Formats: sequence, structure tokens, C-alpha cells
Amino acid sequence: MARAVSTRRKIITTAVAWAIGLTIFFPIFWTILTSFKTEAQAINNPPLFWGFDFTLENYAVVQERSDYMRFLWNSVIIAGGSTFLGILVAVPAAWSMAFVPSRRTKDILLWMLSTKMLPAVGVLYPISLIFVQFNLLDTRIGLTLVLMLINLPIIVWMLYTYFREIPIDILEAARMDGAGLRQEILYVLTPMAIPGIASTVLLNIILAWNEAFWTLNLTAASAAPLTAFIASYSSPEGLFYAKLSAASTMAIAPILILGWFSQKQLVRGLTFGAVK
Amino acid sequence: MATRHSRSAARLMMAPAVILLLGWMLVPLTMTVYFSFKRYLPMRGDSLERGLDWVGFENYVRFISSSSFWPSVQATLLIVGGVLVITVILGILLAILLDQPFWGQGVVRILVIAPFFVMPTVSALVWKNMMMDPVNGMFAHLWRFFGAEPVSWMSDASVQSIILIVSWQWLPFATLILLTAIQSLDSEQLEASEMDGAPVLARFWFIVLPHLGRAITIVILIQTIFLLSIFAEIFVTTGGSFGTRTLTYLIFQRVVDSQNIGLGSAGGVYAIILANIIALFLMRIVGKNLDR
Repeated sequence: MARAVSTRRKIITTAVAWAIGLTIFFPIFWTILTSFKTEAQAINNPPLFWGFDFTLENYAVVQERSDYMRFLWNSVIIAGGSTFLGILVAVPAAWSMAFVPSRRTKDILLWMLSTKMLPAVGVLYPISLIFVQFNLLDTRIGLTLVLMLINLPIIVWMLYTYFREIPIDILEAARMDGAGLRQEILYVLTPMAIPGIASTVLLNIILAWNEAFWTLNLTAASAAPLTAFIASYSSPEGLFYAKLSAASTMAIAPILILGWFSQKQLVRGLTFGAVK
Repeated sequence: MATRHSRSAARLMMAPAVILLLGWMLVPLTMTVYFSFKRYLPMRGDSLERGLDWVGFENYVRFISSSSFWPSVQATLLIVGGVLVITVILGILLAILLDQPFWGQGVVRILVIAPFFVMPTVSALVWKNMMMDPVNGMFAHLWRFFGAEPVSWMSDASVQSIILIVSWQWLPFATLILLTAIQSLDSEQLEASEMDGAPVLARFWFIVLPHLGRAITIVILIQTIFLLSIFAEIFVTTGGSFGTRTLTYLIFQRVVDSQNIGLGSAGGVYAIILANIIALFLMRIVGKNLDR
């Protein structure tokens, strides 16, 4: 009898959970669906859930009219580049903090975290001034550097929490066998650190891809990534629902897929290791 | 244990990250503080080359006494507070729900988390046009279906609309962290209380909620830091009108639209101080965690 009750309860839970899940997901679902309609059907009353003429035209129009691929390429370069540079700088730092800690390690880590909390708007003018001075305005390299710097604290923190889980005994054993610092890093630590580095890369690409303060304020036509491209739809002309939907779908699809792989790392990365 | 050799090597390896972040923090910060004490209106001929007039605390006083300052504080508090209340309460409920056994757990989890990965400009524009448009939006269709007059969300309920959009973006974050915390709850304790006949509410109030305390604090602090600086969601929807001009947006307008760098910088210094007060609490929790 107890089992019958629990089955009933499971059915109810299933229904409620699915209803809520689908409601939360609805705006994304609706955007994807609308992207395959014609503009006229996109604003049909009542809204069409089925029975519309499936078309890929919007995707072609978005690419043709605004050269979508250029924005996509900018996003890829900026998100990928800033992540790569960040990892390059952060791996040695996190390694030394995790394996050769000193009295000040904790303070340095907390200080790094505090730089992440500076409100961007407070330094908007100085940064644009520096950008003008060094001809970085509306360049991919400029934006790559800024995104690298704003995410560097998160990268260092995440790597640090991963590295700390590597058992130190293995290091000592390697040292006993006469491994030098270089060999230690290359042959002992790197293989064990790869999973942690991979998740850090994943999360950081997501954060950089979706960053929408500096990308909106430091780019114009040539270096604008997808965040800025989509923002240009805020002052639309005429019918644009289906095109907005197509552009949005293309902008979020890659990151949705990456994101679903990184659920677990998300918690660790965004709480700086405080919740695991 | 570590040799002197590896110690100095470690310091060397840390140097690039520390130097970069130090520069990233100090250079712009110094400039902002410097400008905040200057009269700097590039449109009226002030320029760095010719030197700027020192005005003392005038910008600080003017920023606070301007007629748009208090409304912006109010908008900020409403939006940050509203989003926090919604995401924390719904986040707890959702986390408890997702922790129960049911069919398709993995898929539902993915559906719930998805909004977090949508870039801010997309989620704001999708909500504004596809959901909240007074003629063609989904809400308008729903309202009409039930015989009600559709609402012009972005002008008549602008602050609520922003709160709704931002809550949708951050609910996954709160849910995910709280779910992780719930899953670490000792299930034996819960089962014992269940066998002792403790009602559901009592179990929630005396066992689950205290256990979640730390996670809730972390959610609140981290979200507050990010929410204080939301920008794109307002930029592409209301552009700061209809009472949605937050402190961040006000500073942005002072610097970019009215090109009053001195005034905007003074506002920036206020924002930095505010963020640091909240950050201090967060650091204390995170720091404690490091000692374990």
C-alpha cells in the first residue's frame, strides 16, 4: 500500500515539475518556434503553435541583411580568445597558490575576488579613454583583453579549487623520484588537472559570450559581437518578430548546448567554491 | 616542505595574474577618483590637454542633490529587492521540487536552467516583444482569452516588467545552488523526523531551511553584486525611462549621454563604495570557507 501512495505522489510530482519546467522554458521555445514562421504568421491572432508554413527564410534574411556571420565570428574570437589568454595567465597562478601556499595566499585570492566586484559603470570613462589612447576602441583585441581581465578572478578561483583537490602525496612521490619543477608540472600535474581546466574553460566561454556591458559600450560596427548585434533589434522597423527570433535562436543555441554540459561547474565557479 | 627555490618560482608564476589585476583595478579607479574632483565637460571645451578645474566635492554634492538621484536609488532598491525575493523564494520551492523523485528529472532540470545561458540582450528583447508586447505578445493573447484588457507592460508596469525579466534570468542560478545544497542534506535526519511524525511544514522549517541558510546567504550576496550592475536589460527595453533608471543607468547616462564626466565619476565612486560594502560580507563567508 505504501508503494501505491508513493507512485501516486510520483505522478503528481511529475506533472507539477513538468508544468513548471515547460513554463520557464516557454519564452525560449516560443522564440525557436517563431523563427520558422513567416512574419505574417508570427503575429497571427490567435498565436500559431502548429499548422504554419515551416520556413528557413528568416535565417537567410538575417545573414543577408546584416552579415550575421561577422558578429558570430567576433563572438567566437572574443569569447575564445579571452578564455585562452585567461587560462594562460591563471594556470601558473592557481598552481602556485594551491601547491606552494604562503601566509598571504588567502589574502591574494580574496583581493582578486574583490576586483571582480568593481561596478563596471564606475570605470567606463577611464577605460574608454585608455581605449581611445591606444586605438583599441571597436577592436576585437581590446574587447578580448577587457573580458579576459574581468573574468580572470573567476578563472583563478575555479582552477584553485580544482587544483586543491589533487592529492599532494603524488607530488611528493614525484619529487622523491627526482622530478624537477618542470617535469612535475608537465607529467604529474597536467594530466590530473585537465578535467578542472576543461570545466573552467567551458564556464568562462559562456560568461564571455553573454557579457553585455563592455561589449555594448566599447564596440561599434567592426568588432561588435552577438550581444551588440541583437541589441540593434531594440529599435525595429516594420515586421520583425520572425527575424528577431531567428537571430536570437542563432545567438543562444551554441551556448545553450555548452551550458547544459556545464551545470555542475556553474555552481562551483559562480560561488567561488563556496558551494560544491 | 616547499623549498626556497620552489617558493620564488611560485611567486614568479603568480606575478602576471597579480600585476594584470592590480593594473586593471588601480589605473581606472585612480582616474575615476581624479575626474570626480574635476569639472570635466568635453562638449563645452574642457579637455585633458588644457587642464581641468579642481572643484572639490561639488560633483559629489550635485550628484546626490540632483532630482534624479533619489528616484534612481528607489528604482535600484525595487529592482534588486524584487528580484531577490522572487528568485530566493521560488528558488527554494523549485529546488525542493526538483529534489523529489519523478520521471524525466534530467530533462526538467535542463528546461529550468536554460534561461541562465541566454544572453541578456536576447532575453530582454524576447520578453519585451514576444511576451509583453501589448498587441502581439503572448501575455496580450492570454489576457484577451480571459476577456481582460491587455497591459502595456513596458510603459505602465515598467519596473515590474524589468523585475520579471531579470528574475527569469536569475531563477536558474538560485535554484541550481539551492538544489546543490539540498542534495548535501543528510537524508537520514529527514527520514528520522518523518518517522517521528513531523509534518511537512515543520520538517521544512526546522531542518531544510536552517541547512540552506549558508547557501541562501551566498545566493543573495552574489546576486546583489550582479543585480546592482544590470545594464543591458534596461538599455534595450525602456532605455531608463518610465521609472527604470537605476543608479548604474543614471551614471551611464551622465557619462555617455550628457557627457558630464566629473559628475558621472562622482556617481561611479558612490557605486563602487556601495558594491564594496556588500562585497565585504561575501568575502567574509568565502574566506571562512578557505580555512576548512
